[in-house]
Amino acid sequence: MSIAVRNLVKNYGDHPAINDISFDVKTGEILGFLGPNGAGKTTTMKILTCYMPPTSGSVEVDGMDISDKSLDVRRKIGYLPELNPLYLDMNVLDYLEYSAQLHGMRGQTVQRRLKEMVEVCGLGDVRHKDIGELSKGYRQRVGLAQAMIHDPELLILDEPTSGLDPNQIVEIRNLMKHLGTAKTVILSTHILSEVQATCQRVLIINEGKIVADGSPEQLQRDFQGAETITVEFKSGSVNPLEDIAPKIRSVPYVNAVSLLSHTDGISSFEVHVEKGHDVRESLFRIAVSEGWVMLEMHRRATTLEEVFHKLTTS
Amino acid sequence: MSGFSNVGPIYRRELRSYFNSPVAYVVIIVFLAIIGWFFSNNLFLINVASMRVVFDLVPLVFLFFIPAITMRLLAEEKKSGTLELLTTRPVRDVEIVLGKFLACWTLLAAALAPTLIYLITLLALGSPDIGPVIAGYLGLLLMGGVYIAIGLFASSLTENQIIAFIVGFLIVLALYLADKVLMYVPQSLASILEFLAIDYHFSSIARGVIDSRNIIYFASVLGFALTLATVSLQRRKW
Repeated sequence: MSIAVRNLVKNYGDHPAINDISFDVKTGEILGFLGPNGAGKTTTMKILTCYMPPTSGSVEVDGMDISDKSLDVRRKIGYLPELNPLYLDMNVLDYLEYSAQLHGMRGQTVQRRLKEMVEVCGLGDVRHKDIGELSKGYRQRVGLAQAMIHDPELLILDEPTSGLDPNQIVEIRNLMKHLGTAKTVILSTHILSEVQATCQRVLIINEGKIVADGSPEQLQRDFQGAETITVEFKSGSVNPLEDIAPKIRSVPYVNAVSLLSHTDGISSFEVHVEKGHDVRESLFRIAVSEGWVMLEMHRRATTLEEVFHKLTTS
Repeated sequence: MSGFSNVGPIYRRELRSYFNSPVAYVVIIVFLAIIGWFFSNNLFLINVASMRVVFDLVPLVFLFFIPAITMRLLAEEKKSGTLELLTTRPVRDVEIVLGKFLACWTLLAAALAPTLIYLITLLALGSPDIGPVIAGYLGLLLMGGVYIAIGLFASSLTENQIIAFIVGFLIVLALYLADKVLMYVPQSLASILEFLAIDYHFSSIARGVIDSRNIIYFASVLGFALTLATVSLQRRKW
């Protein structure tokens, strides 16, 4: 199940919601769409699921164009829309059965899949309840269950963990990872830790354009600015700014040193290092040769949050 | 594969949703009560045992009732977002429209069925001419079908059920009134209006004369309204 998106444009009136987006997704990949609200994540998903056509550009799913093979494409896709719409007056099993039937399943197959989905999504206790009576977490599971009921090759999940509590988020994440081995998954979120926890690849979208594409680690590396190291020494020195700081400053690639705190002969510094260099070993050796005891050393890398912030604010 | 295999599941869900809520029961009971009132008035006060009153009255009741039971069909799903999910499944829009139409039509038949008890009363009391009665019921079903198709179209226009009700009501009212305003329009227009008027075709069937002209009228208006509803559902793609 591969996806090829080419030069996708969608205008709402005069306002472009997405503006010339192109990307590919390979089989088995878990792709995260990241972007601020209104960036075009949901619009892109609505086009992929054949809910609405693009203004221009094309999408091929498994080599089939979504505009002329719409029904065949839809057969392969499981979709969880943004607000997880459900029929509140139906009970869980009836709703899942209905979903299965609309995917062309009949008879024994339906019953078998229902059983599997109730198991996988942990719906056993609520399977006879009306969906309207369920908590948000259970509703989300029902939403996932209906998306997976026909064992789709491609899952498109729009903010699958929104509104859930931290425990539920972990459960849903595990569920997705569990699935992700055989299926292609596209999910959108604005929770960055989620992307780090589940996705092999991230697309950051801002104002309708792709501004970054890569694995979370790769993005962090690419957008790594000057590095900061926090280091704490026990030296017995009374005046660390004169005794210690200049020595640290003399280490190659160190751009600046500032004293954070100094109490009882324990001083901690913030060391700014030139991009792409690691000075931790040199710092350690200096400490040894000067007879300082190193109590703490910590390198703060650029987080995905910072990458995101940098790319989506201008 | 472009069959109609998804009509069944959609039909069953829709019908169950009517009968899981008070809607179906309210419709059935109120229907039975209104018609029963006028039927028994005729029977006891004027001493006329006739189904005539049923066929005069029900078209008026339909004017309000049918837009009320059709208004939610698509508008509700639009509003709650379930329509988005439904239309991203491998289901054609025409299957959605047909499934919902048939479910609503079944509800209408279920609401009409208990009124047959009045017919049984008549049969016990005398020997009414059964032909026009059967034709009348057929006419009611056809007329109701047309109203439902129109109501479904109105429901496809908006996500607001009140607007769907009002639009549906105005369209069926216009169809109903078309032959009641003949004296105000020029001669040339009168015959067109008369042919468009739903009551004209209904009365002709209810008299016991099932003319192909009337059947063609009902079938084409019904088909036209369902087509409009399907096209309107596809508006999201424009």
